[in-house]
Amino acid sequence: MGKVSVRFFARYAELAGCTWSHVNVDTPTTVANVIARVREVFPGTQAMPATPLAALNQRQVKLDAPVTEGDEVALLPPLSGG
Amino acid sequence: MHLTRDPLDVGDLLAEVQSPERGGTCVFLGTVRNDAGVTSIDYSAYESMAVEEIERILAEARERWPRSRVMLQHRLGVIPVGEASIAIAAAAPHRDEAFAACRYAIEEVKKRLPVWKKELRGDGSEQWVEAHDHR
Repeated sequence: MGKVSVRFFARYAELAGCTWSHVNVDTPTTVANVIARVREVFPGTQAMPATPLAALNQRQVKLDAPVTEGDEVALLPPLSGG
Repeated sequence: MHLTRDPLDVGDLLAEVQSPERGGTCVFLGTVRNDAGVTSIDYSAYESMAVEEIERILAEARERWPRSRVMLQHRLGVIPVGEASIAIAAAAPHRDEAFAACRYAIEEVKKRLPVWKKELRGDGSEQWVEAHDHR
């Protein structure tokens, strides 16, 4: 098992009840698997869409991107900057 | 310096991009709009990623229009109707490149910047804004 940091922003932080935490997953894994674990640990995040936007180590990635221990996965609501 | 909680100062951005050989300068301001009952918008960001994303967008603009200079600032926190949430200044030898570089920067910001808006209304209600395709 490896520890992966997870961060929640805006509405997703309200759903999760926190802005930062970590989950334990079998590594190496994928962003999608980290999100599946997040939905178990933070039930409020089950209200997120099936395929939320995600960033891995501060870059937007697709959900099949590989994740290793110590990585940071951020869950991003629909962007509305500008 | 790309993110600030203070009112945006266009003069500061112009000073960064203008020079004697750049004869065309273009400024874009995005300001908080008075949509149904909205009195202000609370902007939040994944700040460290937003700074990196802005750096990448500016570097791309410079690659595409090498003679241009573009600067961009996004304001965070509660911003009242009528005040700017984003300011972009682009200068180039001629106007075509200045407009193109400025347009590129705002369109990429809309697509890529990890920033979120929560609308605050006069009746005390609040609502997260989901993405719009308005231009």
